[in-house]
Amino acid sequence: MINFVQNRRLFFTIAGVLIALSLVALVVSAILFDGQFLRISIDFKGGTLFVLQFDAPVDEVSIREVFVDNGHTGAIVQRLGAVDDNMWQVRTRFAETEEVQKILDDLETRVGHINRTLSNWNTVESTVGAEVARYAALAVLAASIAVLGFIWFSFRKVPNPFRYGVVSIVAMLVNVVITLGFYALMGILQGWEADALFLTALLTVIGFSVQDVIVVFDRIRENIPRHRGEPFELIVNRSVLETVHRSLATQLNAMFVMVAILLFGGSTIKPFIAVMLVGMLSETFTSLCVAVPLLVVWEEHDHKRALVRAAA
Amino acid sequence: MERRNIIYFVLILLLAAVAVYGVVWQQHPEWVTNLFFWQPASSRNLDFQLGLDLQGGLQVLMVADLPEGRTVGAQDMATARNIVENRVNALGLTEPVVQVQGTERIVVEIPGIEDPAQAVDTIRETAMLEFATPPAGVTADTLYALRELQMPISTTHLMSEAEIQSTSAMTDVFLFTTELTGGELDSAYVVRDPNTSQPLVAIEFKPEAASKFASYTASHVGNALCIILDKRIISCPNIQTSIPSGKATIEGQFTYESASQLAVQLQYGALPIPLKIESYKAIGPSLGSLSVEKSVRAGIVGLAVVFLFMLIYYRINGLAADLALALYVLLNLLLYKLVPVTMTLPGIAGFLLSVGMAVDANILVFERMKEELRHGRSLKRAAEAGFSRAWTSVRDSNLATLLTCLILYIFGNAFAASLVKGFAITLAIGTVVNLFTAIFVTRTLVRVAFGAAGEWIQKRAWLLGL
Repeated sequence: MINFVQNRRLFFTIAGVLIALSLVALVVSAILFDGQFLRISIDFKGGTLFVLQFDAPVDEVSIREVFVDNGHTGAIVQRLGAVDDNMWQVRTRFAETEEVQKILDDLETRVGHINRTLSNWNTVESTVGAEVARYAALAVLAASIAVLGFIWFSFRKVPNPFRYGVVSIVAMLVNVVITLGFYALMGILQGWEADALFLTALLTVIGFSVQDVIVVFDRIRENIPRHRGEPFELIVNRSVLETVHRSLATQLNAMFVMVAILLFGGSTIKPFIAVMLVGMLSETFTSLCVAVPLLVVWEEHDHKRALVRAAA
Repeated sequence: MERRNIIYFVLILLLAAVAVYGVVWQQHPEWVTNLFFWQPASSRNLDFQLGLDLQGGLQVLMVADLPEGRTVGAQDMATARNIVENRVNALGLTEPVVQVQGTERIVVEIPGIEDPAQAVDTIRETAMLEFATPPAGVTADTLYALRELQMPISTTHLMSEAEIQSTSAMTDVFLFTTELTGGELDSAYVVRDPNTSQPLVAIEFKPEAASKFASYTASHVGNALCIILDKRIISCPNIQTSIPSGKATIEGQFTYESASQLAVQLQYGALPIPLKIESYKAIGPSLGSLSVEKSVRAGIVGLAVVFLFMLIYYRINGLAADLALALYVLLNLLLYKLVPVTMTLPGIAGFLLSVGMAVDANILVFERMKEELRHGRSLKRAAEAGFSRAWTSVRDSNLATLLTCLILYIFGNAFAASLVKGFAITLAIGTVVNLFTAIFVTRTLVRVAFGAAGEWIQKRAWLLGL
């Protein structure tokens, strides 16, 4: 059986490597994409996004020409899906509704007929985008504080309840960094953009990221009075081992659903599910291998100091 | 004890029957749907409400277009919302949604619309009516020319002091001084001139504006007062006498149709504040259904694996958990229909995921039960210990999830991130239903089973997955 507490050096090293890799991905993304740590979608930075389903094959150049002639010189035209899908995506700066209509009409006359029931377009002004981004940061902050307060309150009967809250938040932040790093990597490799859906997934990961921690801490809370006199390290390790079956079984069940949707689900939902999958996996790791050993380190550090003081 | 379990068991069966009826049956008699008093009377039903991303449609986010530093009153926003709603309803489309979002935004959602361009045009027409004094030194001929050419002019309405200063300094701009606006109108209707039988638009101001209008007309007899619609002059009549009644007529070269159109616009459509379209989203109606079908099918495959896993890993307990899980799915779907919750693609994904997570509470209990059995407890004692000891973990982790839902909801409510909001609601409903099915329902099922055949099960350890 793994000794979660004794192997903490190994776990901390793995966590460190994961964090470092994530930071590298974020920095590379920032270098590649003009200071964007994640590729930001128009939800947050403003702009217009067209997803166009043409009836017949069309070429990229003629699509771009229509946009350039309408004053959108910086339009980025990309093919979506396979060649015979005839689906194209165009990103450009914020366009007024009249502009959007004119571009669509021009595309129909000059490029080819658009199947409007299978197309969509979305335009966001940059001010509203900036506001969403600000609120998003606030939401993440609020979620962290709420969870910290909740754990502090619900473990108020154990010694040093604040520490339980703090190590949970540390684990959560590590989890968030790893999830962000993964998304930055996918942004570089697959062009995934951080949109409102991504934010929802991230907030969900934060919400679930304390579930494992709470279960283990709950067992520690129960075991402290039962095994009075045992070293804290032993109590903690016992608690982890007693609950690890449950962590793995739950994880497995959530993964069944997520992997199925990833493999067979619609393409729009894939980044959303992938973020949750990575977040959940890293959550189990950070809970058992970062939060719990960190709590032991903190308590023992105190203990040693007390011994030193007693000796002197 | 025994008897109470049987009663609970029967009640759970009844609930399951109601859920099956509500979810699986497509048609429901009127007296059933009439029970849903919290739904608007016109659209009480047991259908799934599909979000824009699933059935396609148009979402327009508008913001009050005011100069820097000016804020909008909640009353003005509510009025503007009603006006926009009237206009959208005039398009005759099914179930449009018009809502105020935050302090200065209005979001319009029109599902299943074929021609978004026309809808946008209707929504964005402002019909801003102003009564304004022409700039000093402008002759009647100039006013006539401005009107005939329908030249856009400037008015002081919603301008700051500094802007008025700088604009009036410009020689090539006609700056009209706004005295009253359409927001202060009480009513507008068509009348005919008693002498010429020419159609006229009669207007009545609200009492407060009426006294303002009275004192203004009293002090400006002989001067022109221009009636301006959307920054274009309609007419510039001369003030003949003071008008104390707050009633006035607008003369223009109206036909009966154009007069009544203006009257309707003024009555229902005079926006108290100008609105600017900030975000505009059009989704093809077949795009979403394609994607959702695939994802739902994929989710069902995943769930089948979850059911199988529980059965194989926890055997008889797993069977109880699977039954509770089936009830969980039914109750969730029933609540989505009853509340009603608007289904979006991430909402559905969140629901499927929550089914996967819903077994967590069962797993906590069953693992605990196994532990107790290994310590040599009897089957019934182990079961009770499993449920009561696991409860604190289940409670705390679910409360943490509910807390996150609340934050997501607040965040989603602050602006048009309706996807986020829908997701938060589905997740919260799932969490609460889960507490009920995974703890109460599973416990009742396990107690009934152990009560009926406890000894028989105890002798066959493999049934418990030990």
